[in-house]
Amino acid sequence: MSDALVTVDDLSVYFPVGRRRDGTAVKAVDGVSFEIAKGETLGLVGESGCGKSTTGLALLRLVEPTRGSVTFDGIDVRELSARDLRRWRRRAAMIFQDPYASLDPRQPVGEAVGEALDIHDLHQGKQARRTRIGELLERVGLHPDVAERYPHEFSGGQRQRVGIARALACEPDFIVADEPIAALDVSIQAQVMNLMAELQRDLDLTYLFIAHDLAAVQHVSDRIAVMYLGRIVELADRIDIYRSPQHPYTQALLSAIPVPEPTRERSRRRILLEGDLPSPMDPPSGCNFRTRCAEVFEACGRVDPALAPVTDGHEAACLLHHDQGQAVERSHHPDAREHQKA
Amino acid sequence: MADDPILSVRDLHVSFRTKRGLARVVRGLDYDLHAGETLAIVGESGSGKSVSTLAMTKLIPMPPGQVSGEVWLGDDDLVPLSEKHLLHYRGRRIGYVFQDPMTSLNPVHPIGRQLTEGMRYHLELSDEEIRERAIDLLQKVGIPSPEKRLDDYPHQFSGGMRQRVVIAIGLSCDPEVLVADEATTALDVTTQAQIVELIGRLQDELGMGVIWITHDLGVVAGIADRVLVMYAGQVVEAADVDALYARPRHPYTVGLMRSLPVLGDLERRDLASIPGLPPSPTALPEGCAFHPRCAFRDDDRCATEAPPLRDIGDGHLIRSFYEVPEEIAQEAAAEARIEIEPPDADDVGDAAAEVGSRSGRGGET
Amino acid sequence: MSDDRPDQPPSDEPAEEPRQPSAEQPELERPEGEHRPQWRQTLAILLSNRAAAVGLVVLIVMVLTAVFADQLIRFPINEDNIANRFAPPSADHWFGTDDLGRDVYSRVVMGARVSLQVAAISVTISLVAGTLLGLIAGYRGGWLDTVTMRAVDVAFAFPAVLLAIALVAVFGPSLRNTMIAIGIVFTPIFARVVRGSVLSVREDLYIRAIRSLGASDGRIILRHVLPNVAAPVIVQTSLSLAFAILLEAALSFVGAGVQRPTPAWGLMLADAQRFIAQGWWLSVFPGMAIFVTVMAFNLMGDGLRDALDPRQRTLIEARGAGGGEDE
Repeated sequence: MSDALVTVDDLSVYFPVGRRRDGTAVKAVDGVSFEIAKGETLGLVGESGCGKSTTGLALLRLVEPTRGSVTFDGIDVRELSARDLRRWRRRAAMIFQDPYASLDPRQPVGEAVGEALDIHDLHQGKQARRTRIGELLERVGLHPDVAERYPHEFSGGQRQRVGIARALACEPDFIVADEPIAALDVSIQAQVMNLMAELQRDLDLTYLFIAHDLAAVQHVSDRIAVMYLGRIVELADRIDIYRSPQHPYTQALLSAIPVPEPTRERSRRRILLEGDLPSPMDPPSGCNFRTRCAEVFEACGRVDPALAPVTDGHEAACLLHHDQGQAVERSHHPDAREHQKA
Repeated sequence: MADDPILSVRDLHVSFRTKRGLARVVRGLDYDLHAGETLAIVGESGSGKSVSTLAMTKLIPMPPGQVSGEVWLGDDDLVPLSEKHLLHYRGRRIGYVFQDPMTSLNPVHPIGRQLTEGMRYHLELSDEEIRERAIDLLQKVGIPSPEKRLDDYPHQFSGGMRQRVVIAIGLSCDPEVLVADEATTALDVTTQAQIVELIGRLQDELGMGVIWITHDLGVVAGIADRVLVMYAGQVVEAADVDALYARPRHPYTVGLMRSLPVLGDLERRDLASIPGLPPSPTALPEGCAFHPRCAFRDDDRCATEAPPLRDIGDGHLIRSFYEVPEEIAQEAAAEARIEIEPPDADDVGDAAAEVGSRSGRGGET
Repeated sequence: MSDDRPDQPPSDEPAEEPRQPSAEQPELERPEGEHRPQWRQTLAILLSNRAAAVGLVVLIVMVLTAVFADQLIRFPINEDNIANRFAPPSADHWFGTDDLGRDVYSRVVMGARVSLQVAAISVTISLVAGTLLGLIAGYRGGWLDTVTMRAVDVAFAFPAVLLAIALVAVFGPSLRNTMIAIGIVFTPIFARVVRGSVLSVREDLYIRAIRSLGASDGRIILRHVLPNVAAPVIVQTSLSLAFAILLEAALSFVGAGVQRPTPAWGLMLADAQRFIAQGWWLSVFPGMAIFVTVMAFNLMGDGLRDALDPRQRTLIEARGAGGGEDE
């Protein structure tokens, strides 16, 4: 893909543990690579603690990456000086999960939106500024005369829309949306997802949509990356990942999601994962997932599988789909063989 | 299903006095729960679904809160009972499992002590028997080597394991009714699958009635026998689970179903969102509480007259003057239907279908 | 107060032309409930607390007394009248006269000016210095934080009164030096309060959100951290004013504060001590003045603590009927 707006290569974020520098660290994100094409929505799913939010933050350098690179429209984001970084943030905005915590409680919502304009010297002049704030609020379905109200007066969904208006203020190219609907009620979730889709169409936005709700992610995304314990284990088109999940973790995840159909739900036999998520301070050797994988075999403890193409545009990090894996466990996925090495 | 319900709720009202006026949180709730049955109460935050079950044993702050109506547990009406008498019902005959396993356990006591507390109070058993029972319960909920874990503190368990402990506490006195209040909402989806499976299995073993409170229509589909949909403190639709999902007839239920993104939705239909917000319990609209957001409303009637809950056949109840037309109801149901079969344990090795609990390494911190 | 920046006058509607009509033009939403500025809510809660309301009224009276002291006094404060020593309270001398025949009422009134002035200036010094130190230490962290906080710990190890006396001893006793000494003594308290709040505010999600817009540290500190640490600082200010009045009185009492013949309450108490047998009014009226003022500051500080805490706010609203209705 040459039309990539964002290219992430080997991105890693380690958080040192304690004060001693003995090398113990939480490997929140550990060697993540992906591209996001212009106008595309990439969905990033995974369960709590998988590093999906940290990936989003590191991408915008709201958390400093430990390793790896982020290229945005030809700009090496990690090389930007503090000053250039602040300027660059005009082009890449973020929407946060908790609409209750992501707005300053002592700032009227109009000011929250207007502040983005002030920072980048946009729409100067009192009248122009006020008009623009009104426009942005209207854009997200709020009446312009709510500008002087405080966040606590709004409902969760309305606050989230203020957060979106603020993110839109500087006309960014790219928005990282970190669990933007997780804190909202079902009927409100749809409002926010529809709004985001509409904005994307109208303003030609590129999204990284981070969520734990695979159904929502699938609804809004073009492609989906599944994360487990700091790694991307599978990356594919939104339909492919559902039609033919390749990684055992993706399969378990999909099988665990309840669907609103009584007959089907009752007859389903879920793939139940064994045990708990290993500590990200001390991940298992070899494949991260092997301690909970139903299809684990001997090589999984030795070889750390990289994300590799299974079919065109469908990548998985599993030895079942690698050469080494097939030698040992050929029987499991006969079709994997046809797809080696794209 | 037994003939007589084990729990009958009649015309239950719960309100709170607030500075902004009387908040009417539950407004006339009726339902029956039979032994071995799972009743799901579905609704959004503020619909009164949690409060209605907490109010049964007055687990709400009572000076501002007021409860009226009848709650028949067997032959006893709980509503007129004093705090002292209710102690014999809470935990003993109605067990609760709450949403957040982080905060529903006391961090300064070992889990064994929290698990046996109710038993020591309610059951006339020796210390030795109580300990045995505790170990047995932990075993049942799938905690490996329970005798070693009795003295561990909550922080030494993972989220899923902690919720298993909370379930064990809910079941410790062999209640007739277990209330699972958003019991899996705080958990990851793979952990949720484990817990849902666990409660279902325990229900089969122990035969209690389960009231499952959730906002997740997916979870409900798999476990419920009967479903109540609540909005603004009232049941707006009640039906057997298959009927409800095949033909939802209340505008709100239909709206909820159409706003749900569905896994494996190939052509990515637009989500139909319900406009506006649920009303505040201190400022309920005149007439039907849902009418300001309703797509089927008739302003003359819906804005002035409150619709009664009426039976539209086979015990399918709706609180609306208008039934959503058959075609739209079926369309909504079809939209919620997945288009590709999700992966199943049958697709993978059989080992995967085993509940994780029996493996030796489950439950480490 | 939580200062709502008033750069947007409420209610004058911007000339809004309708945006390009989108397909279905959904209704624009407004939050429910009427809009009330935040300071009014805070004031309402403060006044619904009866003790705090009393404190506030007393303080207003005290401040007015200090401001209009020149008009309120009935005799020149330093005019001796040996002929009329130790006169008990009367229609002429409401609070009696002292050992030099001076009018105690006039001196107590003028003392309000001295005491409040000392308290206000010294607390301002410590407020500014402590807030600055706390902000920098808390926001920057690292060695700067470590050094500042160790210095604060050292300062805390000395009893406040002793430290103040020691400082006055170094600077030399005078009104100005008393204020500086008290200011220095109180600085660590503010530094610690501010740093603690900054540490928690710094981690709040909205700070990260504003950083994601490209805001500089300066903007974040001034426009977001500072307003959000204001509440505990305001409470601390009120409590410190009370303590400053006590400390000034104590310093003056031992002769290390305000110097004679300036009419400071502490000094008047010190002088009265020798004549306790001759006139109870010499010690009772200045003592009462100190007591009432300190009490008022403390009551208001406690009230502010509740009024400025958003959690308390919802609690009080939920509690409903309790607490007096204010409007």
